[in-house]
Parts: sequence; C-alpha cells; structure tokens
Amino acid sequence: MDTLIIQTLNSIFYAAVLFLIAAGLSLIYGVMRIVNLAHGTFYALGAFVSAWAVGAVFGASSTGGLALIGQLLILPIGALAIAAVGAVIEPTLLRPLYGRPEEYILLVTFGLLMILDDVMKLVFGGTPLSAGSIMDGMGSIRIGGLLYPAYNLIVIAIGIISAVGLWAFIYRSRFGVILRATSQDRRMASALGINVGRIYVQAFAIGCFMAGLGGAVVVPAQAAVLGMGVDALILAFVVIVIGGLGSLEGALVGALIVSFVRTAGIQFFPEIELAVLYLIAAVVLLIRPTGLFGRA
Amino acid sequence: MALLQTIELKRYFGETRAVDHVNLSIEEGEFISLVGPNGAGKTSLINVISALLEVESGQILFRGEDITRTTRTERVRAGIARSFQLVNVFDDLTTFDNVALAIFSREGKTTHLAKLAHLDHAVTEEADTVLSQFGLAAKRNDNARDLSQGERKLLDVALAYALKPKLLFLDEPTSGVSTRDKGQIMDTIASVVRGEGITAVIVEHDMDVVFKYSDRIVVMAQGTPDEIRNNEQVAMTLLGSADTSAFARKD
Amino acid sequence: MSQISRSAPSIPMLLAIGIPIIIALGFLPRFIGLYQTELLIYGFTFAIAALGFNLLLGYTGLLSFGHSAYFGMGAYTVAFIVRDLHVQSMELCILGGVLASLVISAIFGYVCVRHTRIFFSILALALSQVLWSLAFKFFWITGGTDGIRVPRNRITLVGGLFDFTGSGAYQRFVYSYYYYVLVIFLIAVVIMWIIVHSPFGKALQAIRDNEVRAGFVGVPVQRFRWLAFVISGTFTGLAGALWVPLNGLTTPDILYWPFSGEIVFMTVLGGFRNFAGPIIGAISFNYLKVYAVAGSQYWQLVLGSVLVVLVMLMPTGIVGTLGRIARMLRRG
Repeated sequence: MDTLIIQTLNSIFYAAVLFLIAAGLSLIYGVMRIVNLAHGTFYALGAFVSAWAVGAVFGASSTGGLALIGQLLILPIGALAIAAVGAVIEPTLLRPLYGRPEEYILLVTFGLLMILDDVMKLVFGGTPLSAGSIMDGMGSIRIGGLLYPAYNLIVIAIGIISAVGLWAFIYRSRFGVILRATSQDRRMASALGINVGRIYVQAFAIGCFMAGLGGAVVVPAQAAVLGMGVDALILAFVVIVIGGLGSLEGALVGALIVSFVRTAGIQFFPEIELAVLYLIAAVVLLIRPTGLFGRA
Repeated sequence: MALLQTIELKRYFGETRAVDHVNLSIEEGEFISLVGPNGAGKTSLINVISALLEVESGQILFRGEDITRTTRTERVRAGIARSFQLVNVFDDLTTFDNVALAIFSREGKTTHLAKLAHLDHAVTEEADTVLSQFGLAAKRNDNARDLSQGERKLLDVALAYALKPKLLFLDEPTSGVSTRDKGQIMDTIASVVRGEGITAVIVEHDMDVVFKYSDRIVVMAQGTPDEIRNNEQVAMTLLGSADTSAFARKD
Repeated sequence: MSQISRSAPSIPMLLAIGIPIIIALGFLPRFIGLYQTELLIYGFTFAIAALGFNLLLGYTGLLSFGHSAYFGMGAYTVAFIVRDLHVQSMELCILGGVLASLVISAIFGYVCVRHTRIFFSILALALSQVLWSLAFKFFWITGGTDGIRVPRNRITLVGGLFDFTGSGAYQRFVYSYYYYVLVIFLIAVVIMWIIVHSPFGKALQAIRDNEVRAGFVGVPVQRFRWLAFVISGTFTGLAGALWVPLNGLTTPDILYWPFSGEIVFMTVLGGFRNFAGPIIGAISFNYLKVYAVAGSQYWQLVLGSVLVVLVMLMPTGIVGTLGRIARMLRRG
C-alpha cells in the first residue's frame, strides 16, 4: 500500500516535470506551428543554469533554513535564462524562415540542438551538475513506513500551479485572447491590428520558459547531465501527440498518461517500457491525429 | 441512356444547401454551360460528382452504373475528368511532364518504375500533340510555375483533357485572365473538346461565352438546377431580358 | 529553383560526365592512402542512405525524421546474421539486411503515409524510436549500449573469393571493400536515377507538388507514397548493411533519432531538389563530421552552426548553389 502511494507520487512528480516541458512545446506549436527540436535541450540548459546558479551563490556547504529559502528563490533563474535565450532566437533564427517550407525551421532547430548541446559542455563542463543541497535540506516526510522527499511534493505543487496559471493566462487574460486569435488565423490577427511579430516572440519565450522551468525544478532531484534534453524531447513529443498538438489540457493528460505508463512499465515490463510509449503515440496519431484533446 | 445522371444528389455544409437534391441529366456529346449566381452550388456540384466532396445522399449514375461510392481515382478511370477554378497543376514539373503524367496515368503506366519516362515515344508524341493543341508547345520545358496565368489555365484544362475523358468538367476555365485572352482560351478549349467528341460541362459567368459555345444551358439557383428554357424570371435575373428564345437557337 | 524535372535527361551526356568520374574513383585509392580510402567508403554508404531518404523528401515531399530505423535495421540484421548464423558471405548478409529493412519499412510506411507534413515526420520518428528502445533494452540480444561487434575476419566478399584473415588483413579489407562498396553504390545510383526518371518517379513528384490534382489525374496517392517509403527505407537499409563491416560494430546510436537528423542534414547539405545533392551532401557531411570530431571537442557546435548557416543562407544546398552560380556565370 505504501509502495503504491509512493509510486503514485513518483508518477505525479514525473508528470509535473513532463507537463512543464510538453506544455511549452505544445504552446509554441499551437501558436506558431513550429516543432522545436531544440526544446528538450532548452530543458537541459535550464537545469544546468539553475544548478550552476545555486552552486555559485551558496556553495556546496551552506545549510540552514535561510540558505534553503535563498536556494529555492534562485532556482527559477534557469527558466528566466531560457526565456531570454528564446526571445533572442525567435527573431534572429526563426523569423526569417516563416515564408519557407516548414522543413527549414525544423532543421534550424535541429542545428540549434547540436549547438546548444556543445555550449552546455563548453560552459558547464562534461560533469553532472546538481542542486541536491535543496533536496537534502528539505528532508523527507513519512508515508506509512516509508520516507518520501519533501521536495518532490513542491515540484508537484509547482506543476499544478503552472497548469492552473497557464490555463488562466491563456483562457482568462487579455493576452491569452490575442494569443489564441493569432494561433487561429495569423493574417486575420494581423489585419485586426495585432502585432503578430511581438506575439510570436512572446509565445516562443513563454514556451522556452516552461522548458527551462522544467529543468530548474528537476535539478535538485536529478543531476543535470549532457544528453538529458534529447531523451526529454522525445517523451514530450509522445505527451503532446497523445494529448493533441497545441492543446494545454492535452499536455496535462498526456503527461499523466505517459508518467503512469512509465512507472508501471518500469515495474512490470521494463524491457518494452519505452517501446510501449512510442507505440501508444503512434497508435493515437494513427487513429486520432489531433490527439485526445486537439482541435481538427 | 444519359451519360451522367444525378438523382436527388445532396450535400449540405451545415445550414448552407450547397447541393440540394439535384437531378441533372447529361447526354453524350453535349457542351453544357452551368450558370447561376455565386454561391448557387455550381462548383460544389462538380466537386461532388468528381469525388472531391463526399455525397451526403442521392445517387450518381455514370453510363448507367452507380458510382456514388467510388473513389476519386476510380471515377477518373471510369472517364470523368475535371479542371479547377483556381489553377491546380504540378508547379515544379515542366509543362510537358504535367501533360505526360496524365497520359501515363491514363495508360496505367505510372506503376512502371524501371522504365525511363522520356523514352516512351508514344506518350512523348501524344503529350507534344496535346501541348500544341493548347498552344503550349513553346513552353514545353518551362516549369508550370513560370507560365502566365492564361497559360496555366490552359494547362489545367490540358491535364484533364489528356486523360481522354468521356465527361469533362471545366470550372471557370477563363476566370482571372484578361478579356482579350478569354476568347482565345475558349476557342482553344472548344475546338479541342468538340474535335474529340468529349462531353463537356463548363461553369462560366461570362454570358457571351456561354451563348457562343454551349449547346445547352443549365441554371443553378439556390442549389437546384432548372431548365432555363421558358423560365422568364431566371432569364430576367441573368440576362436583364425576358427573351428566352435566344436559348433555343442551337436546338 | 528545381532542376529535378527540366528537359529530358541526355544519357550520352550523363555517360560523358559519369564515366570519367567512375574511372577517377577507381584509381583514387592508389593516391589517397588507407585512411582517406576508408573515409570515402563511409561517404558512399551514407550517400546510399541519403539517396534513399531523398526519394521521400525531394521527390515525394515527405520529411522522415525516422530513417535511422531502416539504417539500423540493415546494420543490426547483418550483425545478427554474422554472430548468430555464422554466415560469412557478405552477399547473404546484405540480402538479409535489405530484406529486413524492406519488411520494417513496409510496416512502418503503411502507418506513416496516412499522414503528411509534420504529422508524418513525428509518426516516422516515434516508430523509429520503438526500434531504438528495443535495441537499447534487450541487451542480451542486441548487446545494449555496447552493441554487437562484427569482426572483419568473419566476413568474406564475392562468394568467399576475398577473406580477411592473416597478416595485412585490415589493409586488404579496406582496399577490397572500397571497390565492393563503390560498385554497389554505382548500381544504387543507377537504380535510383531510373526510378526518379520513370513514370512512377514523375507521379511521385506530382504528388509532392499537388496531391489533390495528382488524385484527379488518377494517381493512387497513398499507395504511391507507401511504395516510395518502402523503396526509400530499403535503400537506407542497404546502406546500414554495408556500413557495419566497415565500422566493425553496431550500437543503438544509429537507431537513435539524432542519427535520423544527420541523414536529413546530409541531404539538405547537398541539396534535396537535385538528384546528385544527397550524394555530394553525404560525402561532404562525412568529411565535415570526421574532421570536426578530430579537430575539436566541440564538433556538434561546428556541425550545428554549419546547418543553421546552410538553411539560412544556402537553402538549395551545395549542388543547388553551385548550379545557381554556374547559371549566373553563363548569363553574365
């Protein structure tokens, strides 16, 4: 029973991180019809930046309540940094390609993936970087007879807050209305006096922020390593394919499905755990190309 | 037996009654003009008959056979071809290859992948003949993308014609071209189509063109075709004159 | 911008250009040494893969981000045949590799061609990653991340005529394998050239340009896309089969999706709107990568920058750009 609760919490923790990444990917696709192959690398970069920032400001040895709060406050720096990176990349590398076939943008983001992978290696070195002091500092809570890291619960909370916040932002704010209008019909939005260029750079930056946030919240629990972005991208793809490209609810449900299947997979069918996920994505795409929540 | 017959053919788009229980009969060898105000469902009717759109209810009989549920390709094979109002050709293929492809397809040769297309002399010759019939011989090796609007309209028709259909639908073959080119394009089309004895249905807004070339005029209004003959009200709205005798002159 | 379908190709002219190149390639190993010869073999194998890939991208208008699956299928099948069936004949290995990639591309293709554009790309990618994860996880069969070794001394060429045991085996292998791969490469080029210039090839280009109209001239669009997919995957599988003995090892890396990205990269580098583009692109990419890796720890940075600059400034690739320069010179 206790194990089951822990497994469920693990799945939700994992789903929270995956949702952050996938929601960003989905938002960018939904508004701009861009499939960003570098999105997973943004996630990795966010993890590295946050881990580095926490380490640089507090060092490895600092402990105590005040230091812990400080570290938690510094953690989102990775997300902000990635948002800034996105705000630079969209107008310089992507915008010149909007008139051309979509293959070109896909390729530029693939090039970006390669570049950023090495930039991370160059800046942070090849060794794993972690903000584990946060995880340690927060201790564990007792669930039945087992201990569970308290920090994971914070990540779950951040996932829920982000989902609600993003939903409110897209469906309840003025900016959200403009964003949705632009995603429906770019030309019409432009004719209505909406500055599409600005919306695009903002949407891209927000999408990148989500990826960076995913990296930032995961890094106290799992060290940032090179190559984590490439793995994450494919799982995020699976999430948004299942949920529906461009759908926020889809990203949420997709993340939960993927996480629970994965947790169950590791337990019961470890050899084909990943294969099953990819097959689910393929089957959904085949039967319902718009995903579970996508619009036609 | 009519070449093509539609029985209570229906296709709505939500509230819009695009094709509303249409009963149309086309005899072999006719050159028919399909006229009517914008939104009357002329293009929709062609789209349904050519399987660009699915039939909601009703029947399509072609040479007595029910083709209502057949696919696009099957209808092409049966002998129904069409052109498009907005030019719909293969932009990055040469003018020659555009037409040659239609001939290869008609001959069932598109599955040949171990033969060089340009060494098929029969097809090459026929494609060149079609190109000169349509006055496109000089543009043989130009990509379709680089042709003028008038030439592209002609190529669009030539593609459908090269399939040697029994029934050919031409959706506004002269729209978007200058008045000067209009006559030329219609002369070309009419001579080629009549020369082959192809049954043609043409959607056209220019009444001069309609009167000059067609054997019969079918009016579509509110989605239902009516024989225009003796219908003074429709004649009035279309021609600004109630003189229906003009329609009978070719009978 | 497209040169794929200009006026009918002149075969005598192609022979006039091709035969000197073939002769030059025949003598090349005498002048360039062992290492360069080896690099060129890699280039030829990748060129076959890219040529196959481009039947989909350049001629049918479908961007597959999952061609690692077919390359890997060819490679792993050869490794299985050598390791488990103790077959020595490279011809049998190739046959097995080609058949396996044909079967898998027929299955995956059947699913993928139901979609186009980005959906097609993601579907192809997702399916390829099924194979990757299997190769990765079933380590007792596939060797996991260690992969499977394919020792050269276990392989013979041309029905046992050439074997590679004893002294100087490595050198003998490289020089014989060069000609072996060159011949297969040339045959592959000729076959692909015929396919794209056949009525079938024209139909594929028509589908690429305008699938709706292709249907209205009677081309069975989905079935032809599937056929193109199978041919494409099979060519890429052949490349994978030829690559294994050269590399001596196959690992899940060649099934992982970034390798699919490299195949796309090669093709775009050379220019996907040209028949020769993928060939030039693959050979160039191989040199680029080898020297970037040798020259810098940060080779991905180099390759990534090349790709970004290429897409931004030279979207028609090497061959397309050279062609444009040639036309400008002729006119000016």
